[in-house]
Amino acid sequence: MKKKPKTPYKEFLLQGNEAIVEGALRAGCRFFAGYPITPATEIAEAMSVKLPQVGGTYIQMEDEIASMAAVIGASLAGVKSMTATSGPGFSLMQENLGFAIMAEVPCVIVDAMRGGPSTGLPTSPSQSDVMQARWGTHGDHPIIALCPSTVRECYDLTIKAFNLSEKFRNPVIILVDEVVAHMREKITIFEDEEVEIFNRIKPNMPPEWYIPYVDTPSGVPPMANFGEGYRYHVTGLTHDIRGFPTSRPDEIDPFIRRLFRKISQHFSELQFGEFYETDDADITIIAYGCVARSAKRAAIDARQKGLKVGMLKLNTLWPFMRTAVEKVLNTSKIVIVPEMNMGQISREVKRVNKGSTKIFTINKVDGTIITPQEILARIKEVG
Amino acid sequence: MSFRYDIRLSGSGGQGIILMGIILAEAAGIYEGRHVSQTQSYGPEARGGSSKAEVVISDIDIDYPKALKLDVLLAMNQKSCDDYYMDLKPDGILIVDSTFVKQIPIARAYQIPFTRIAREKFGKEMVANIIALGAITKLTDIVSPKSMEKAVLARVPKGTEKLNKDALNAGMAEAIKARKNILPFVRSEREDEDT
Repeated sequence: MKKKPKTPYKEFLLQGNEAIVEGALRAGCRFFAGYPITPATEIAEAMSVKLPQVGGTYIQMEDEIASMAAVIGASLAGVKSMTATSGPGFSLMQENLGFAIMAEVPCVIVDAMRGGPSTGLPTSPSQSDVMQARWGTHGDHPIIALCPSTVRECYDLTIKAFNLSEKFRNPVIILVDEVVAHMREKITIFEDEEVEIFNRIKPNMPPEWYIPYVDTPSGVPPMANFGEGYRYHVTGLTHDIRGFPTSRPDEIDPFIRRLFRKISQHFSELQFGEFYETDDADITIIAYGCVARSAKRAAIDARQKGLKVGMLKLNTLWPFMRTAVEKVLNTSKIVIVPEMNMGQISREVKRVNKGSTKIFTINKVDGTIITPQEILARIKEVG
Repeated sequence: MSFRYDIRLSGSGGQGIILMGIILAEAAGIYEGRHVSQTQSYGPEARGGSSKAEVVISDIDIDYPKALKLDVLLAMNQKSCDDYYMDLKPDGILIVDSTFVKQIPIARAYQIPFTRIAREKFGKEMVANIIALGAITKLTDIVSPKSMEKAVLARVPKGTEKLNKDALNAGMAEAIKARKNILPFVRSEREDEDT
């Protein structure tokens, strides 16, 4: 018999999408603009009910381009903001996503991945937006993308997503697949649970001294809310430290490099994942999202058959978890990367591999989840 | 070996399949304190099309969230019965809505006309899924009738509590009747040799 914890707690049967909403509200999100789309509609639905109850604002916009624009506007005014969509809508958001990166506006975008390209498979799972999350918007840019594989992780990673976006003044993408988005699991939320919440750093100087895009040791300039007397210019053009367009090479170069540095010098804070029995593993499965759960099952089954199999689950997809992946590449003879696309993360694993490890893929693009049996069959085939 | 119980509820869109999955998961997860995972798959149609909900119940953390080999299959139409009966374990339980399922693929199947009972006894076809939940409760013993009743009442719209409670009880009564007509499960000797 398990001992019940002393603090008051609540057990819920929540969908991945609902847990994302709970996490967002816990993190302090008070603005949602979006356009409904399967399999992300439940997020908008729950937000439309819950946001007004906590004094927040919910808007259904005319499309995803406008949704993203509204999110940027709300965030500039000082409100933690988010939107949620699926592949087709994510394509439309790319333009303003680039704007948010350029103008350094914190926000969270949920992409519940369904089959593509185009309208594709509205109700079927896929993991094919991994590269779109990385390079979907044009220009050289840094990005953070997190990927939950359980309902609990949907809750926790959404809180982390808001914290990271506030901390680095960069959009954070939550890549969740249809299986996790629609899956219901029991989660326990403690009422007095201590959750680390990070709020953007505000300027501590008088308005006339404020330089909106000044470099700092962390690379992240303080951010003033619009309407509090700190006037500055926000533009998608490459700008100088005061926010005005510039074409001077000596201003452009440090600006772009700072955008990258604010993420790259904090790599270690951005690595979320799980090693499962990888230490002595001959074969390691690298997986993310719902497939990580099949992979874990396959690893357990393989161990029972006497094969030394481990698993590395990636919860951070971008920036790529190079150190964790290198670690398993150094200790395993064979790495298998199962994913529900034609090979997006496996390409990154191959890039990081120095050549001593054999890398095999499982690519499933028929709109169904990769099963443990399929991974086990591949293990037997290559091992 | 840890305990894992895989249930698949299937039928066509509009029969309340996914709501059944949610209620069953809530009964086992919230009211009985087990680990549960409920997944679903359905077509893009609002009604018609095929609909499937899966519930996995375990006493430890659930890794693979979808059903593997089935302990229970509920088929609310012929197509889902034909499509999924192959996934049943040798001693798995097949429950069919005999209003729609006329061809039974295996000899050992519980045949209960859920939709007809709903129509004739309650005048509302939409409670067929709650009647089926009642039958599942009695036939599997995976959740107690008390937890199931709590879970049903927590999920149904206000004002329909009595209707749904009666439907649940009707399902349980039908299950007891159906159990009398079923062949006993006998494990063949050859299968024992294999395992």
